[in-house]
Amino acid sequence: MLYTNRHMETILEVRNLTKSFRSLTAVDNISFAIPKGACFGLLGPNGAGKTTTIEIIEDIKKPTSGTILYKGKPRDHDFSKHTGIQFQSTALMDYLKTREVLALFAQLYPHSQPMDYLVELCQLEDFLDTYATKLSGGQRQRLLLAVALINDPEVLFLDEPTTGLDPQSRRNFWSLIHEIKARGKTVLLTTHYMEEAELLCDQLVIMDKGKIIADGSPQHLLKEHFDHSYVCIDNQDFNCDQNAISSPIELREDGVAIATNTIEQTLSELVSLNVNLRSLRVRSPSLDDLFLKLTGHHLRE
Amino acid sequence: MKEIFALWMARNREYYRDKGSLFWSFVATPFIVIVLALAFSSESQHIFRVGQIAQESTFQTSSAHTEKEPFSTDPTVEIINYNDLQHAIRRVQFHQLDLLLDTNSTDIQTPRYWINSESAKGHLLEKLLIQNTENQYRDTQWQRKEIIGKKVRYIDWVIPGILAMNMMFSGLWGIGYVIVRYRKNGVLKRLQATPLSAWKFLLSQALSRLSIMLIVTILVYVVCNLFIGFMMEGSHSLLLLIAIVGNLSIISISLLMAARTASEELANGLLNLISFPMLLLSELWFSLDDAPEWLQSLSQLLPLTHLVKAAREVMLEGAGISDVMPHLLILVLMTVVFITLAGTLFRWHSD
Repeated sequence: MLYTNRHMETILEVRNLTKSFRSLTAVDNISFAIPKGACFGLLGPNGAGKTTTIEIIEDIKKPTSGTILYKGKPRDHDFSKHTGIQFQSTALMDYLKTREVLALFAQLYPHSQPMDYLVELCQLEDFLDTYATKLSGGQRQRLLLAVALINDPEVLFLDEPTTGLDPQSRRNFWSLIHEIKARGKTVLLTTHYMEEAELLCDQLVIMDKGKIIADGSPQHLLKEHFDHSYVCIDNQDFNCDQNAISSPIELREDGVAIATNTIEQTLSELVSLNVNLRSLRVRSPSLDDLFLKLTGHHLRE
Repeated sequence: MKEIFALWMARNREYYRDKGSLFWSFVATPFIVIVLALAFSSESQHIFRVGQIAQESTFQTSSAHTEKEPFSTDPTVEIINYNDLQHAIRRVQFHQLDLLLDTNSTDIQTPRYWINSESAKGHLLEKLLIQNTENQYRDTQWQRKEIIGKKVRYIDWVIPGILAMNMMFSGLWGIGYVIVRYRKNGVLKRLQATPLSAWKFLLSQALSRLSIMLIVTILVYVVCNLFIGFMMEGSHSLLLLIAIVGNLSIISISLLMAARTASEELANGLLNLISFPMLLLSELWFSLDDAPEWLQSLSQLLPLTHLVKAAREVMLEGAGISDVMPHLLILVLMTVVFITLAGTLFRWHSD
């Protein structure tokens, strides 16, 4: 079932991973393989088990059962020298400036990247002498990314890196990840933003309630599950009889989505029913539609 | 080593850039010292303090000897019982006792008393003692013993206590509370993701606090000494050694407390639980001479007691390293036990 390119070497493999907290099973017997050089996404709503999964792969948490293989072998003591981690919520030491945070973490590794390189890559020039506690959300995420990259890691882990950022900072961060991918790093990313997963990930697994419900490349997944487009209209404009439309209608939060592969016919049906078309949108199915189809609920709830 | 140095420096920066902790160290502590020095500089206590040697067996049922307690009915005289004669004699020497009686010695016909020849109160009490004896018990002959010793002011006596108290608060909260906060806000998790070992992290935190506290304590000592000029009979290097060993023992308790705690509220409670007995029982502010024996033995379990006693013996009595060795050994032992436990129990995060 897992979509992998045979020519790609696997760098990390997860086998039958389970993590239980007392009565709750946060991660329920999942397996997948991450190809070297790929951007691999764990997509799912809050509470799906994404962070628990990524932290077990990072070797921050211990699994209840299951195996993690790095380059075909169990992870050893040196694993942390080859990985860089950006956690979901991390404070930095109080009263340390950006420059000092970088210098401190550089000392914790046997080899580190030149500071100038990281400053340029992550655009830290403007706040090098600002205390880490005084940074804006986007600045802080860029500094934490620079810290994650300080040892020139082979694998970069990003746990919801753009949660809480404004749209501009988010796009800014995405272009940064593209640049890092271009340098041949393997990236493992968790997110609950489908745009982020579609834009950044070469491959992804979709998780819900601790289980993998779908996996593959975003394009492959959408092709596999959908052969139609959506014609969307806001609720207040869609005042006709639903049965008058020949294509199936899905109800969404703000309106209806008509699943159709004959857009012209659907449009002429709407025109003949005198539906106000000012809010009309025609779009391809997204990962959120896929998630809704598979689970019956939205990614962001 | 470079990672220890880097973390040591980072922690030091956090300290000196935090105005609150600087205020506490460099303003509040000397302020307490000076207030105490002014408050106790005038001899406002009118009470006489008389020590009395009690033999263990007769400690409670001393009715047979009440007749040999000539001050027992005098309301201006406070009677304090001592088991250890040498200890009591030192109290006379430092003017902490005005007179010491030993009516329980084997030869009951020659009870002894000690006074300090430089103490006016002592001479007064001596006259009173002889007068009372002549009036009441004509058969008793007192054997007079005289000691010479400089008067120890309360400020001389209390200064090691105040410096030690500052060390205790700074060591407990500056280490334990900070580590718990780091665990809660994710700093420890971020460090765990690097090749840094827990031992190196703990060592860097301990060394940072140790160096900060030595600098603060030395500065406060020097500045207070300029204004007040307190008693220092022993060697400064021995006092420094006591400060280092004592400070490490406090730090190691704090590391143990912070080994797994993940809530700041719980940490605060635990630190209060650790600091309050030491604040009350380690003889920081007052001597436990007249406290019940079980309380005195309890205080022996607290590292701060040994730190303060050792420092006091050096400063007031000019004790040498062999005199304070028992205190130093206990402190080292406590440190080794607590550090080993802390390092073994330590977790970067609360799962």
